[in-house]
Amino acid sequence: MPKQIYLDYAATTPIDEEVLEAMMPYLKKDFGNPSSLHHFGQITRVAIDQTRKKAARFLNCSESEIVFCGSATEANSLAIFGVVKALQKKIKKPFHIITTKIEHHAVLHPFEELEKQGVEVSFVAPNKIGIVETKEIKKAIKDNTVFISVMYANNEIGTVQPIEEIGKLISQINKNRKQKIYFHTDAVQAVNYLDCDVQKLKVDLLTLSAHKIYGPKGVGALFIKKGTPIEPIIYGGGHEFGLRSGTENVAGIVGLGKAIELVEKHKGDTERIKNLRDKIIEEVLKIPNAKLNGSRENRLPNNVNVSISGVEGESLVIALDQEGIAVSTGSACSSHELKPSHVLLAIGLSPKSTHGSLRITLGRFTTEDEIDYFLKVLPKVVKRLREISPF
Amino acid sequence: MNKKQFTLYSKKVLEHFQNPRNYGKMKNPDGVGKVGNIVCGDVMYLYVKIGKKKNGKEYIKDIKFQTYGCLAAIASSSILTEMVKEKTIEEAIKINRSQIVKRLGGLPPIKMHCSILATDALFEAIYDYLSKNKKPIPKFLKERHKQIEKEKKEIEKRYKEWIKLEEKLSKNEKEK
Ligand SMILES: Cc1ncc(COP(=O)(O)O)c(C=O)c1O
Ligand code: FES
Repeated sequence: MPKQIYLDYAATTPIDEEVLEAMMPYLKKDFGNPSSLHHFGQITRVAIDQTRKKAARFLNCSESEIVFCGSATEANSLAIFGVVKALQKKIKKPFHIITTKIEHHAVLHPFEELEKQGVEVSFVAPNKIGIVETKEIKKAIKDNTVFISVMYANNEIGTVQPIEEIGKLISQINKNRKQKIYFHTDAVQAVNYLDCDVQKLKVDLLTLSAHKIYGPKGVGALFIKKGTPIEPIIYGGGHEFGLRSGTENVAGIVGLGKAIELVEKHKGDTERIKNLRDKIIEEVLKIPNAKLNGSRENRLPNNVNVSISGVEGESLVIALDQEGIAVSTGSACSSHELKPSHVLLAIGLSPKSTHGSLRITLGRFTTEDEIDYFLKVLPKVVKRLREISPF
Repeated sequence: MNKKQFTLYSKKVLEHFQNPRNYGKMKNPDGVGKVGNIVCGDVMYLYVKIGKKKNGKEYIKDIKFQTYGCLAAIASSSILTEMVKEKTIEEAIKINRSQIVKRLGGLPPIKMHCSILATDALFEAIYDYLSKNKKPIPKFLKERHKQIEKEKKEIEKRYKEWIKLEEKLSKNEKEK
């Protein structure tokens, strides 16, 4: 049996045993509809509210400010379309919104859709090391700017954005404005490792996802600060304060609650993961013509992203998969649209360099032995593919 | 549980990827075909050496490839070299991508274009040999050559767009 080494934690995480255990009753005996008045329903209602409590504590907000959704993608859509829709009703004049060029598609595409619908949008570029600088956001803000979305940590290159600084800037600007600017952050990749205190970050909306923090897939949550104008994008029975109709995914939400609890418990593990990451960076950069993508300092402790010239990413991923190692790439060949990663292009990589990009992301269950094995296999695989390649 | 059954690619594709045949650069080739993939921007070089059979017909005596691309592209080039080696030029240019795909045990739909890269590289290598030696070029090869040249320009255009985007970004950088 060949080794099975998972180094793709940014794509999704395995479910933690404790999370699964917490979910099980709600997949079996406690099946009631949380909207039902009888005790079957009340058991699940209580379970959902307990998760709400945990999420509120984690984010340092109140329980009524948390809405559970069917994914982080949905939470992002609710934040973006929901706030813009509410503001359109309120303001009735054309306004301007801002996001960045390195957002996940779950933010980028809603903004592109709004642009198509006639809303004025600015897409702020990152610097060469993948950081969207606060002064660039400042420059982009106009008199009629009303909404800004900047991700907390990038999913491809792991760069950490100055959310607290941008939050401060926006609240400063808001002091002198009649029409406030609302600030959203997609914190999906940040939750495991960074401070998500919404008071400190000064955000009005924040998105998180269960399956990136050792919880189940198909559950997301959106923090919406009290007083933020927002309209639903899904209509129905009025669940989740009327903002997300549809019978709640009880087991999934309970899983999210447990997963959040465990994030706090495992905070001490960050240093260990960071050390493993640094070992990978150091060793991988010894391969001739390999280059680190994104800031060395301001990056998630679990993310390595390198471009290796002369090898194409999809080939590299499958070659490593044949050796039992699971990683990911931003190569055009690997994407559905056969386009190179927009994030790598945005930080100034040539299409060729995006082609040879490799993302290695670590997590709670990564061991030093696994990293050593990966570092032994990678140079061999690169050498083999370079022998086939004309470059 | 069988892990193989969960991969995108057939056993045969994986096998050719793991052990590609006839790869590497060729010294003093008689013809070279260099093509790029219109869809994703990847590159393949194909080298041929031409010999003469006893009956006077020219054939592919030796063939080598270099590919920068996905698995499907590498496996397609590898199997193509196997399929046309020792074949007469006349036979070799009859090869088409569905034969390659069939021999590979299928390709995922999104990867079908990668197999064209292989046949095009072969056609270009033979075209190169025939034109360099002032030999008559079959009509089919001429037309395909024209088409490939046209596509090359499109690839360059696409790269230019990407490069323009990058230049714009780096200009923004400098302005700061
Ligand atoms: C930054 C970021 N935002 C949003 C998402 C989408 O999350 P979900 O899969 O829960 O919709 C992801 C997951 O890939 C992500 O990394
Ligand atoms: S060569 Fe790029 S997708 Fe096949």
